[in-house]
Amino acid sequence: MAERKKNVDAVIIGYGWTGAILAKTLTDAGLSVVALERGPARDTSPDFEFPRIADELKYGVRGDLWQPLANETVTIRHSPSEVAVPYRKYGSFVLGNGVGGAGVHWNGQLWRASPEDLNLRSRIESRYGKKFIPPDMTIQDYPVSFAELEPHFDHFEKVCAVSGVAGNLHGEIKPGGNPFEGPRSDEYPTPPLPAIYAGQLFEKAAAELGYKSFPVPAANSSIAYTNPYGVRLGPCNLCGFCDRFGCFLYSKASPQTTILPILNGRSNLEVRTNSYVTKILVDSTGKIATGVLYIDESGREVEQPASLVILSAFQMHNVRLLLLSKIGTPYDPISGKGVVGKNYAYQMCAETAAYFSEDVEINPFIGAGAAGQRVIDEFNSDHFDHSQVGFIGGSLIYAGATGGRPIDQMMVPPGTAAWGEGWKAAIRKHYRHSAPLGTQGSVMSYRDRYLSLDPTYTDSHGLPLLRMTFDWHANEYKMAAYSAAKMEEIVRTMKPEKQATILMRPGNAYDVRIYQSTHTTGGAIMGSNPSNSVINRYSQSWDVSNLFVYGASAFPQNIGYNPTGLLAGLAYFSAAKLRDTYLKSPGPLVQI
Amino acid sequence: MGNSSLLDRRRFLLLGVVPATFGTLGIAACSDNKPTSASSSYAPTYFNSAEWAFIKAAVGRLIPSEGAGPGGVDAGVPEFIDRQMELPYGHGAYFYLKGPFLDNSPPTLGYQLRHPPREIYRLGIAAANSAAQKSQGKDFAQLVASDQDRWLAAMEKGEVAFQAVPATVFFAQLLTNTKEGYFSDPLYGGNRGMVAWKWIGFPGARADFTDWIDQAGRPYPYGAVSISGATDG
Repeated sequence: MAERKKNVDAVIIGYGWTGAILAKTLTDAGLSVVALERGPARDTSPDFEFPRIADELKYGVRGDLWQPLANETVTIRHSPSEVAVPYRKYGSFVLGNGVGGAGVHWNGQLWRASPEDLNLRSRIESRYGKKFIPPDMTIQDYPVSFAELEPHFDHFEKVCAVSGVAGNLHGEIKPGGNPFEGPRSDEYPTPPLPAIYAGQLFEKAAAELGYKSFPVPAANSSIAYTNPYGVRLGPCNLCGFCDRFGCFLYSKASPQTTILPILNGRSNLEVRTNSYVTKILVDSTGKIATGVLYIDESGREVEQPASLVILSAFQMHNVRLLLLSKIGTPYDPISGKGVVGKNYAYQMCAETAAYFSEDVEINPFIGAGAAGQRVIDEFNSDHFDHSQVGFIGGSLIYAGATGGRPIDQMMVPPGTAAWGEGWKAAIRKHYRHSAPLGTQGSVMSYRDRYLSLDPTYTDSHGLPLLRMTFDWHANEYKMAAYSAAKMEEIVRTMKPEKQATILMRPGNAYDVRIYQSTHTTGGAIMGSNPSNSVINRYSQSWDVSNLFVYGASAFPQNIGYNPTGLLAGLAYFSAAKLRDTYLKSPGPLVQI
Repeated sequence: MGNSSLLDRRRFLLLGVVPATFGTLGIAACSDNKPTSASSSYAPTYFNSAEWAFIKAAVGRLIPSEGAGPGGVDAGVPEFIDRQMELPYGHGAYFYLKGPFLDNSPPTLGYQLRHPPREIYRLGIAAANSAAQKSQGKDFAQLVASDQDRWLAAMEKGEVAFQAVPATVFFAQLLTNTKEGYFSDPLYGGNRGMVAWKWIGFPGARADFTDWIDQAGRPYPYGAVSISGATDG
């Protein structure tokens, strides 16, 4: 029998970015809140302190800040007819764990979605015709517009001290920024850091080719800055231990460096770490959540009753918990009916390595997850005419090393021996003189790509693992090849001695062994009605009106940008509605 | 890294502008590649003597001491691997190792064996020695270097069949850990004296490039530092 705790106004499942955003909103409103985090407590001090954090093996390779796969992973298969097998070792994506979640060890690339990403299906249909969308492609519009989200994007950028250059201020295109972005209400809160050398070479080549490069919007502050909550961040020093690491300098935005300092110590907030939620409880009608069940750090089962349930775990865990809790109808790829698990999507990336002569000093160890990098947005989203290219979507093309960490980021040209004297000579010849460029591309959603519970494999508590059914479709191979060709042209213009591209081509199955992107999306998507989605425009469950679900699980299909800006914008949009409407009169916020 | 940058580093040292951020500032000139006496005195904890002989021999071929640059054995890579075997990593604590184990899934779906890294070594070394014995009447470690290279290449390409663990899996584990030991912070037992970092020009745990952000394109002038505060002088 589970221990039953005293009822609270709200329980939060997962204390990363969206959990922190909602914890602030709800405690500001005076609610009693319990936040349950599956992983340990973590803070800049002592967990990310220098010099111990500058340890590539521990954090960059072993992944001590990631979710331990030994306890829980996902299973993966390429198609619905195959048997899925566990993702036993980290490769393709990394999962967050602990207070701050993946917001601790992210790159800090803080993008807004493009306006056209949010009404993608209607945009494609009106611009290219309904037949342009393949019949098995299940993309749909967001039930919310760029204009509605813009104030929330703007606010989150200020919370995160984002460094960057506005490209579209109130509809006016500004030099030095992204001319393809939607109209902004304000500049970025902090100026960009100077381009690292690879970024400078990229800028020059992009300009020669007529592209408008700009600094990657970076949640790496460039100056001492006080955010709207009064929390102070400091300037990034491009230390090279950023992505996969916690920031020791209070420069990279994370829940710890932006929001949690004002929440710590609030009398109406209790954070319980090492608390693993196994089920969202509902009443006999199935329409009202009554709280959650979790396993506490001593292994006891505990019931936490609550009037409001905030599901703010990582994308995959949100979907799994809905399925384990039997909330909503699981998606069925045969009938196309059901919604929980529907429209899982990913990103498709390519990389071109530029190998320069030994008089070109790239200094690859100078870098950050985002700051110092440069990017173009010409071939992303629907920023270009797709009528002749035969695909939907696109990619960012960017340049910049994140730290040149030698175990994981050593670059030697193809054909170099993997070991022996030749390898030893090559690492010296190329290490300091090579630069990586990448594309990061959207992946559309499809009828046969989805998430469900695995029938065989279980977590350390005996509960079914989440099962991913995913492989690339023709649209994405074409998209990636098109983007990679543009990237290769830029690299040629940079005049390296050699260049080499890694690109998924038709026939290459999704390969979980190679890191590609942690931007997994969908499975608890947002839409206009309960038959096409799990949540409404305010992130509220259609089935259980006192349950709200946050994160990239809401994305109906993926974008070519990093997801944190969009998912935080959706969370703040929802939080405002919760505060202004729902808390005064709980109930469905969208009537059908 | 050309001669000019080495000279630049020297020049900075002579001018005394290397920041003494990490305790004692070594002023000695760069003396790369000097083997330390510790490399031969380390007694393995996990590996038995036959396995230890294999590890030292194999690491000595994967990153040989021949040619310019530090060899893997001199850098302490065998010690690194042995120590890793006794850590949670070696015991498989980082991996999901619950069954069932399917042996027919596509390679693109990743590792599907039941073995933690230490078992991969135990089984793989036994299989490699057994294969070498069968064909050449000697353990791998007793073969001449060119024969060792041939065996390693055969394992790498899967041209030799092992029973208990695929040769490719064993080889990949060995090469991965060898490079980890070569490039990780010296606190794990490899990369002694930061020799691998010095060889490629990686400044290690320096992690402060404020003074070089606006110097793009110019060689970085400061040497490596380790987490413990050692500098490369």
